Amino acid sequence: MAAYLIRRLIQAALILLGVSFVTFLLLYVLPADPVRQIAGRSATAETVENIRQQLGLDKPFFVQYARYLGALLQGDMGRSYLQKTEVAELILSRLPATLLLMLGAIICELILGLTMGIVAALWRGRALDQTLMVTSFVNVSAPQFVVSLLLLYVFAVKLGWFPIGGYGTFAHLVLPAVTLGILGSGWYSRMMRSSMIDVLRADYIRTARAKGLTRARIVLRHALPNAILPVIAMIGIDIGIFMGGIVVVESVFGWPGIGQLAWQAIQRVDIPIIMGVTLVSACAIVLGNLLADLIAPLIDPRIKLR
Amino acid sequence: MTLAEAMPPTGAVTAPDIVLRVEGLCVSARTEAGLKPLVQDLSFDLRKGETLAIAGESGSGKSITSLAIMGLLPQPAVRVTGGSIRFGGQDLTRLSEPALRAVRGDRIAMIFQEPMTSLNPVMTVGAQLAEAIRAHETVGRAEARRRAVEALRAVRLSEPERRMTQYPHELSGGMRQRVMIAMALALRPEVLIADEPTTALDVTVQREVLDLLRDLQRDLGTAIILITHDMGVVAEMADRVIVMRQGRQVETAATADLFVRPQADYTRALLAAVPRMGQGAPRPPVTSEPIARLSDVIVRYPLRGGLLGRVTQNVHAVEHVSFDIRKGETFALVGESGCGKSTIAKALVGLTPHQGRIEIAGQAMEGLDKAGLKAMRRRVQMVFQDPMAALNPRMRVGELIAEPLLIHGIGDAAQRRDRAADLMTRVGLETAQLDRYPHEFSGGQRQRICIARALALQPDLIIADESVSALDVSVQARVLELLKALQADFGISYLFISHDMAVVDNISDRVAVMYLGQIVEMGTHHQVFGNPQHPYTRRLIDAVPVPDPAHRRKPSPRLSAETPSPLHLPGREPPRVVLKDIGGGHLVGDLAQAEDRNTIARL
Repeated sequence: MAAYLIRRLIQAALILLGVSFVTFLLLYVLPADPVRQIAGRSATAETVENIRQQLGLDKPFFVQYARYLGALLQGDMGRSYLQKTEVAELILSRLPATLLLMLGAIICELILGLTMGIVAALWRGRALDQTLMVTSFVNVSAPQFVVSLLLLYVFAVKLGWFPIGGYGTFAHLVLPAVTLGILGSGWYSRMMRSSMIDVLRADYIRTARAKGLTRARIVLRHALPNAILPVIAMIGIDIGIFMGGIVVVESVFGWPGIGQLAWQAIQRVDIPIIMGVTLVSACAIVLGNLLADLIAPLIDPRIKLR
Repeated sequence: MTLAEAMPPTGAVTAPDIVLRVEGLCVSARTEAGLKPLVQDLSFDLRKGETLAIAGESGSGKSITSLAIMGLLPQPAVRVTGGSIRFGGQDLTRLSEPALRAVRGDRIAMIFQEPMTSLNPVMTVGAQLAEAIRAHETVGRAEARRRAVEALRAVRLSEPERRMTQYPHELSGGMRQRVMIAMALALRPEVLIADEPTTALDVTVQREVLDLLRDLQRDLGTAIILITHDMGVVAEMADRVIVMRQGRQVETAATADLFVRPQADYTRALLAAVPRMGQGAPRPPVTSEPIARLSDVIVRYPLRGGLLGRVTQNVHAVEHVSFDIRKGETFALVGESGCGKSTIAKALVGLTPHQGRIEIAGQAMEGLDKAGLKAMRRRVQMVFQDPMAALNPRMRVGELIAEPLLIHGIGDAAQRRDRAADLMTRVGLETAQLDRYPHEFSGGQRQRICIARALALQPDLIIADESVSALDVSVQARVLELLKALQADFGISYLFISHDMAVVDNISDRVAVMYLGQIVEMGTHHQVFGNPQHPYTRRLIDAVPVPDPAHRRKPSPRLSAETPSPLHLPGREPPRVVLKDIGGGHLVGDLAQAEDRNTIARL
């Protein structure tokens, strides 16, 4: 177990190194010039050169990358070009909001998705199943900005049940979490349905029926733990998809998380912030996958961690 | 309550003893073409304490009958369309689901064919057992647990307390089937339905499970409906037999009568097709040149673990195996699952790395480059166990048979098609069927297609790895005839791998018995089966059910043994079996050592 964890953490470090290199390279070759953003339109060529030298942006790519990496290894993520604050500080102040949103969204999509999937599997081929699967298809295909605006219009503007945007109370959390959850529920319900249908065909379900167990017990105690295994692996991957959605949803709802931070930073080519947010997201994805892999053997004793 | 108190001892079977009466049962499946009958007008009585076998080939409706009794038909697609199943004053076909649930598991229990998949992989054995008890009786957790342990003890499972906390994957197939039996019998049902309970098990394990079922039946007085295709199992277990075919009852009789005086033509044909030990006529020894020669072949797989992925253990799949297969000869490898017989086949076609020397037609396989290996593979072809899995469902049969020619770049499209047509007729199929897909054929026909494909390259050697094991006996007999005819025509050699001793006895010239990766006995089929010397060979042969009710079996010791493992620490090697010639080329493994190892195996 310890050996497994160590090996996985070494892998994680290598993944993060790769992500940092690719992101840094992409930002380097980007035609947008961060110095122009800092200096403003009216700055003289001399000022621009000065700023460029100050930030070390005149150095060759590998020198810049080595410097960044060196600082990063000492826990220094650099300072924002425009706000002049520590990137680490900025991210830390916004991370709780994003984690809260993510948790809300995961709970939302699991409740929605798993229920839809299980119900559809149990009523397979009937009208209820078909309705649910069409719904899930709509959920997957609807763009998030459309869903979020629709929810805002109906529940915040017309009905006034929830605030239009912002952060602070549980009511603020509901609409952004549901927006993210609706997309996820589409994936989860389809996956849960097919996994459940497979499991319901299994020999051990027939054994459970032959024992004279009730339908509820067969579904909850025998089918569900087996059917949920592939879904757990999915949650790990899902965190990656989330990160994309969070940028949109946080902007629409004015949610002060790292998605919003990233959005602003990208517009202003604030390289240290973009790097920081990307690495933190990559960390979340890697940890999410690790967590999913650690949970799986708790449910399925056949899975051994090596 | 002890086991004996549960049921009065069984005496003479009289009419009031009837526990289950099936009358005019009809089961149909709903298909696009309307209702398709699966079981038609089936009637029988089951008496207390008796074993009634329902025998038949695939599609006979025997399993559907058992599911109908349990109320487990895959409704609404398949349902009872007529007749009644009377049990304890009620008609099971008319009971509501909750009422049926009260009967299932409690008064009628069932065990299934596949012990590997019939237990829930994510629940402990104990939880699954206790759950069955608590589904029908209001007892506390502790009491349910206690009774579960008792049930495990009753099925002679070693260390019942520890088994309770284990998961199904930690147990062998035989142990799992014991758990299934314990689960079925924990509530002392009046009727036990056993659907092919030993078909997926090795012969020695099958023997133990059959013995166990018989012992428990004697103690508990349970009536057993035994669903099986194996006439050997029928002869050994059943009091009465119903022979079914295509959903109808063909014949019913007391077991002894049925085997001696079968009335229906179908029963006679079925019994005639059953392979029996000692039926193989002595054949003249094949003295031609060897086509394949294995010298000291070893196959080991490393198991890795730890931080650096070091080798923690080695699987010794094949150890120091040497034999040769002569031209036109059928050489059989027998042994139980995991003994390494299929690994040898893989090594022979270069699908697994090996140590030692393998020669095909005088040419060593080691050190061949890619082109050399490809050329060598032309000489050795394989036919596998499951023809449906071995044929690509999206390819037409003609393409499948011609594919080896395409791979080796032989002929043009028209020539390949002609060759495929030739081969189709050669294996007894119509050339008109060349453009059909595999799913349009029956199991036996599909295996003929696989054989045709193997013949396409005119190989010297065909490896038949359990090629007839999945087929019904009548089909099996015809496929074996085909293999013999092809050998006579083309002089092909076969490496025939099987766990079925009777089939091997009938088809092979020479036999090697494998145990834990090593050959323990080798000789002509007459030497090995007529005069078995090694204790393992004897145990294997003794375990085979004999399709003759008059056959009296020596009482064998009741074992709950686990097979010793082929896993060894790096640097350690299993003790090597040294083969000695006891005359006429009959090679027998070192006996002193063998006795020793068998006793270890039984501990």
